[in-house]
Amino acid sequence: MDFTYTIYIPLIPLAVFLLLGLNYDKIKPSISGWIGSLGLFTSLVLSYYTAYKYFFEVGKVDGVYQTFVHKWRWMTFTETLQIDMGVLIDQISVMMLIVVSTVSFLVHLYSRGYMKGDTGYTKFFAFLSLFTFSMMGLVMAANLFQIYIFWELVGVSSYLLIGYYYTKPSAVLAAKKAFIVTRFADLGFLIGILILGYYTGTFDFMELTNPEGTAITNWASSSFMGLSVLTWGLMLIFIGGAGKSAMFPLHIWLPDAMEGPTPVSALIHAATMVVAGVFLVARLFPMYYFVEDGFALNLVAWVGAFSALFAAIIALTQNDIKRVLAFSTMSQIGYMMLALGVSEYEGHNGLGYMASMFHLFTHAMFKALLFLAAGSIIHAVHSNYLKDMGGLRKYMPITHITFLIAALSISGFPGFAGFFSKDEILVAAYEHNKLIYYIGVFVAGLTAFYMFRLYFGIFWKKDTKYEQIPHESPASMTIPLIVLAFMSIATGYIHFSEYVSADHQSFEAHLNYPLAAIAVGVGLIGIILAYIFYKKENNLSLKVSQGFGFLYESAYNKFYIDELYMFITKQIIFKRISAPFAWFDRHIVDGTMNLIGNTTVFTSKKIKGLQSGRVQDYAFAFIAGGVILAMIFIYNWII
Amino acid sequence: MINGISIYEILTLTTIIFFIGVYGFLTRKNLITMLLSIELILNASAINFVVINTYLFPENLQGVIFSIFVVAVAAAETALAVAIIINLYKLVASVEVEDTEIMKF
Repeated sequence: MDFTYTIYIPLIPLAVFLLLGLNYDKIKPSISGWIGSLGLFTSLVLSYYTAYKYFFEVGKVDGVYQTFVHKWRWMTFTETLQIDMGVLIDQISVMMLIVVSTVSFLVHLYSRGYMKGDTGYTKFFAFLSLFTFSMMGLVMAANLFQIYIFWELVGVSSYLLIGYYYTKPSAVLAAKKAFIVTRFADLGFLIGILILGYYTGTFDFMELTNPEGTAITNWASSSFMGLSVLTWGLMLIFIGGAGKSAMFPLHIWLPDAMEGPTPVSALIHAATMVVAGVFLVARLFPMYYFVEDGFALNLVAWVGAFSALFAAIIALTQNDIKRVLAFSTMSQIGYMMLALGVSEYEGHNGLGYMASMFHLFTHAMFKALLFLAAGSIIHAVHSNYLKDMGGLRKYMPITHITFLIAALSISGFPGFAGFFSKDEILVAAYEHNKLIYYIGVFVAGLTAFYMFRLYFGIFWKKDTKYEQIPHESPASMTIPLIVLAFMSIATGYIHFSEYVSADHQSFEAHLNYPLAAIAVGVGLIGIILAYIFYKKENNLSLKVSQGFGFLYESAYNKFYIDELYMFITKQIIFKRISAPFAWFDRHIVDGTMNLIGNTTVFTSKKIKGLQSGRVQDYAFAFIAGGVILAMIFIYNWII
Repeated sequence: MINGISIYEILTLTTIIFFIGVYGFLTRKNLITMLLSIELILNASAINFVVINTYLFPENLQGVIFSIFVVAVAAAETALAVAIIINLYKLVASVEVEDTEIMKF
């Protein structure tokens, strides 16, 4: 089956980007909104067609999903080191294409209403298309080098979009922070790629992840400090993924990234870019599982579990609704990472892998919905903070119902999509690592609590007297909300294990009723607690937070991680390490250069007297030279 | 050939005249006086030619004839020097060599 047409799926948004970007001052805003949306719609149709063809017609051969690769030679360094560019169509790339195109298209539609009247409207759609192109290129990348190129492109798009309100200093700082932190993580990624490429001789995904191929079977051939070299490479690559996916300790950029417009937060920092790290680990999953018996995979699991817990605790205390959603995203990605981390490879044992991808799919839907609904609310109330909201259910019915659906989904309420995906994750964790399972259940309870804290705080709480009566958003904004709400319920009923699995073969995943009951119970406890604390205004929450004292303060300040990094950079790196080097450079290196210059000037001052301008001095020199020459000649003549 | 005087004495004389001329050139202030010193140098060299010719190679005449050349050269060079001094006078209104120290550091 020839899947080369899939190259057009990312190229159409690229063309839209070039068209809108080069003509941003000549195109009318409404037209650019239509062009962007239309381009995305074409990509969407192509993606769905590819998915239909792959999953239902040609993908499966003898029960095993095939990987279709079409590649072209791009650069040749030596006979053995060659870099290709290509498209790789397999289960997860097709699934990601659907996620990216769907969410991107809905965000385009939403932005037509949300960004209306903004001066940089065309620029916004150009950047959105650039991002979509980069993300689609990332998921279809055929080798490590190509994925790195698109990885950086996605980072650039994120920078451009976060810093969209470039006149606001906090937005500019946030954009820089995001780019610098992810770039720093990408250093690890690059070193990991180079290690992997050097020791296995290939960058290609198909060759690297073949369980019978030379890359995996020879993993023990070289080792460094007790671990295989490939393990180090995989851990470094995971660092890159952790940076992009905002795992601890590289998560600091994600809350600040909420300075960008809300559709950007929905698209990039909820549904697509932040899951790039998860996608990377999933793409290299056979390597992670087989090399050193899953050492690197263990690291992935614990980083994911810790990040999930860490973020959930912080999310309990935040007052800015977008920050709560940002930490919620970090927590849910922690779930995806931990699901990958506890997964094995064959058949039903690969449940973690399947659950992680399933959760990625459903999370994209309900998280995008949450962000877009938050955007709708912020648009109506003109404030990001919980204290300015309350009783909105009377003014914004559609936003209310869709937000409620998304909140129920993320809390794992039975019947909604999040219930199915989160349950699979917990089952996978239970089967392989009990401690991670308990952390997962606890975080599920926290998730339900902080989500419903938001819900009750926005839509119930009290009847706030608004100066401007908030009104429901226009149709361009509410239609995407409704579609996503539908997806937040319906996607749960897809038999994901039939389509996505670690060993490319379908398997059966059943609902584990006892574990599901525990998870649902914990979620319900969270919801009921939130109801008690937040439905009506009271100071119960205040008393509890004061009761926690220092713990509450640290959680509210995001556990002072930003301050810690500031301290390390300013006091230790700048003052202790950089300053001596700067002194050395300024005084010793520059001093030497200045010394050479000054010596020349000094010498010239001393000998410039030779050019006195007096004819008689020149004549004297002439005669003196003549006499000396004569003496030398006579001396040689006599001797 | 002068009886009773050897070549050495006359050569000593010309050397002394030559170096008096050099000294004069290097130390005089007035440009014209410097020209006089140059004449001394040229004359000393002319005497040198004649003396060596008559004392060492009495049959030939090249030395004597060459001294005529020297006189011609001296005349031409003096004319040129005076022309330069006149043009210089138009610039600095003086014939002192101290006033020509313009092209220096």
